[in-house]
Amino acid sequence: MTETRIERHHYDVVVIGAGGAGLRAAIEARLAGKKTAIISKSLFGKAHTVMAEGGAAAAMGNVNSRDNWQVHFRDTMRGGKFLNNFRMAELHAKESPQRIWELETYGALFDRTKDGKISQRNFGGHEYPRLAHVGDRTGLELIRTLQQKIVSLQQEDKRDLGDYEARIKIFAETTITELLLDGERVAGAFGYYRESGEFILFEAPAVVLATGGVGRSYKVTSNSWEYTGDGHALALRAGATLINMEFLQFHPTGMVWPVSVKGILVTESVRGDGGVLKNSDGKRFMFDYVPDVFRKQYADNEEEADRWYKDPDNNRRPPELLPRDEVARAINSEVKAGRGTPAGGVYLDIASRLPAEEIRRRLPSMYHQFKELADVDITREPMEVGPTCHYVMGGVEVDPDSGAAFGAVRGLFAAGEVSGGMHGSNRLGGNSLSDLLVFGKRAGGHAASYADQLTSRPKVPVAAVETAVETALAPLQRDTGESPYTLQQDLQAVMGDLVGIIRREGELVDALGRLAELRERVAKVSAAGGRRYNPGWHLALDLRNMLVVSECTAKAALERQESRGGHTREDHPAMDPKWRRVNLVCSLDGDTVRLTHKPLPKMRGELISLFDRAELSKYLTDEELAEFDALAQKES
Amino acid sequence: MGEQKSQAAGKPGAKRQFRIWRGDETGGDLQDYTVEVNEGEVVLDVIHRLQATDAPDLACRWNCKAGKCGSCSMEINGKPRLSCMTRMSTFEETETVTVTPLRTFPVIRDLVTDVSFNYEKARETPAFAPPADVAPGDYRMQQVDVERSQEFRKCIECFLCQNVCHVIRDHEENKQAFSGPRFFIRAAELDMHPLDAKTDRKEYAQAEQGLGFCNITKCCTEVCPEHIKITDNGIIPMKERVVDRRYDPLVWLGSKIFRRGQVPQTFVTSAQQSGAAHSAAAHGGVHSHAGGSHDPRHEAEAQKGVNWHRQVPHPTAAPVDANGRLPLTELTFDRAAAPSPFGDDVTFPLPPEHLNFAHPSQDEPKH
Repeated sequence: MTETRIERHHYDVVVIGAGGAGLRAAIEARLAGKKTAIISKSLFGKAHTVMAEGGAAAAMGNVNSRDNWQVHFRDTMRGGKFLNNFRMAELHAKESPQRIWELETYGALFDRTKDGKISQRNFGGHEYPRLAHVGDRTGLELIRTLQQKIVSLQQEDKRDLGDYEARIKIFAETTITELLLDGERVAGAFGYYRESGEFILFEAPAVVLATGGVGRSYKVTSNSWEYTGDGHALALRAGATLINMEFLQFHPTGMVWPVSVKGILVTESVRGDGGVLKNSDGKRFMFDYVPDVFRKQYADNEEEADRWYKDPDNNRRPPELLPRDEVARAINSEVKAGRGTPAGGVYLDIASRLPAEEIRRRLPSMYHQFKELADVDITREPMEVGPTCHYVMGGVEVDPDSGAAFGAVRGLFAAGEVSGGMHGSNRLGGNSLSDLLVFGKRAGGHAASYADQLTSRPKVPVAAVETAVETALAPLQRDTGESPYTLQQDLQAVMGDLVGIIRREGELVDALGRLAELRERVAKVSAAGGRRYNPGWHLALDLRNMLVVSECTAKAALERQESRGGHTREDHPAMDPKWRRVNLVCSLDGDTVRLTHKPLPKMRGELISLFDRAELSKYLTDEELAEFDALAQKES
Repeated sequence: MGEQKSQAAGKPGAKRQFRIWRGDETGGDLQDYTVEVNEGEVVLDVIHRLQATDAPDLACRWNCKAGKCGSCSMEINGKPRLSCMTRMSTFEETETVTVTPLRTFPVIRDLVTDVSFNYEKARETPAFAPPADVAPGDYRMQQVDVERSQEFRKCIECFLCQNVCHVIRDHEENKQAFSGPRFFIRAAELDMHPLDAKTDRKEYAQAEQGLGFCNITKCCTEVCPEHIKITDNGIIPMKERVVDRRYDPLVWLGSKIFRRGQVPQTFVTSAQQSGAAHSAAAHGGVHSHAGGSHDPRHEAEAQKGVNWHRQVPHPTAAPVDANGRLPLTELTFDRAAAPSPFGDDVTFPLPPEHLNFAHPSQDEPKH
């Protein structure tokens, strides 16, 4: 291994991932005076955050002054079916407005209200109009704004220190394959430049994971190629733990036609602006799927639902705006009952609901996307939509305040989709963009202060680097194994067919068997070609991450015998209050995924008092309700 | 490529011919592939199929596959396109589809090019300057005022406009002094931002970004997948106002009294006002034949002598009115005196770095 060239860098904080959370974390670490590296798997500014369309949820109260953090907190907990880490939901609801306003000082230009404030729009699961937005390209605005803020910090450094990259540098098209540890402390990260295939070693005491999700393990997904669960897997291998891995969000309305854009999302704001779901009989079917817990907030007839768009105070909401999991399940049931479209979805119709001009004005990029990608004019004909794998609620188990990973590792932080707990069993639309900002800032700040208080810098062990080099080069040196593309397709088939939106015990057991077989095959994968920009090799290295994360999901999905949010078991269709008190925690024992039960942190009194008893009774055990009653009595 | 759809396009499993450039900076060539194409697919789907079958190490960038990230830029049958947004149904069934990397940037491997030029220019463009006296949360802007900048913020940085721009497409030597359309609209965006505290965006674009090189052929606008009116809404308004400032007698006087860059605030404001009035008048864009920059490095380089073999940007058509005539009278034209045939921002005597000679043979085909 001595002849392998490895480029070495020293940083205080290394941020892996250049989406919203990663960039926000890097800004914070740099503002704290730390020398910061940003590792981006793609070019700078291409991260999956650009795909977010709806907006960023923050209780600024610009459109409805009754909105505040308590209401946002309630909506988030409700959406997550009370499985959320309450402290994260609390911090998120409290800090989102500041994080959004801060973006304006970086140059962001959100859509405005009449009085010149940031406009806010309605979204599924949010009681008031709450999503700051820019047409339907809010994610792009967010990533560009953060990207440009980083440029402005680099310009400051150029002015003060003579070098743009003196204190913050972007390593574009670079993939991290391994975290390196000194005992239990993070000592650095090892990876390769995609362009050249050359290796690179970062020596750094603090690492922030912001790698996003795991969707590429699924056949139908809205996620880009980058979403291979790298951060999840890096954390596991470094001794950290994952929670809630059974909870995956299938966005209810992904395009199912034409083939070239299968999986791509149709933003929820199509429904927020009046779009309705119809089956092949032309029936607006969502009224049949309003669960009891939501009857108070959602209309049971078309007349009331239609009045809501103009007069939300005196009418209940249309059922098309139910939380995502409910909508996804409803579509799935319609399709299974034989009332789907030819391509296996349902119709989403806005054409007959709004004038063409209005549709083009409110949903410009949706209009263009359909027109250009599919030659479908959404102002004239309905769209064909169905569930697509969209977001993983599960992720690295972290301390809510600092984003520091739990488990047997120090110096590791996580923020954004790669972290778990914030969204419970189901994320509300719009909460992910604000999640990125709130917890990105926290993770970056705490990584910086962790690096500060270290008395000695951890050292990168030479042997670990050698192993990392061998592992990385292995697929290129084998020529007897299977193609990474075949293996990825097989993995996607297992996850899509057996660990998809509706799950059954038999299928999950089957899936675990197949994943074990795949593990053998992935261990022998071979990649043709050389090290220079070789996508086959890159995929071969990503496969083992996808595999271990898929194992976590399948194991946890088999273990949790109830249906809640992003986890639906056909053989256990109801929510079970006993399971609400449990987080399933994954860790690695050698190569095997180990699953343990861990009690959920208990919500503080003043927070649980924000809910009324009738609502809580749907989620809590009798024992917990008794506690709540005692608390209520004491207060009154 | 014709927009008409061939009926048979995308019959399941139809075999189609592709020619894809394979190679790296040391050279390469077009390789032929026969590949299955299914109904409803785009060029990127076909490239992915090739990766999964005949060419596992075929290098190509992509991310969102939905026309939102701007990663999969390439040249398809010679046209700069996003491959995720180029439907196979737009080609004849018998047509060979040729895919090559972006020409303006150095090849790394196959369809992947080194686009770091763009990130360097981004880093040189001064960032948003927040107003000093407005606290976060207190920003107030009207929708109508933010919309102009929002158009430019739609940019997905696919760099197709940079790739197609004549100034740098085959002119490596212009890259240093020229930022390109992507960064002109970045300057325009900040210029039009209601609360940006920096007031010299246009002047910066002219002096440092090489706005004067642009000869408004609108190729950038044509290839923009976001349909941003780069030239009409970004470049031309900035050029107009830079010029207006030079024509404004007060500013002219000011520039004689103060050194460049030290023009007091009030003068700049008056220039902007007159610019607003002028921009209502319909006339074509102005452009400089000089094509020089005010970058001191360039001036120094130019001092070494005139480069007689240099290729210069082609002039655009004269700013004619609706009747195809030049607005020659002072009464009907929107500024003092008739337009200069040498370009509106050329003053005499020409500074040496602006001396150029376009060899007549530069337009002849090379083969």
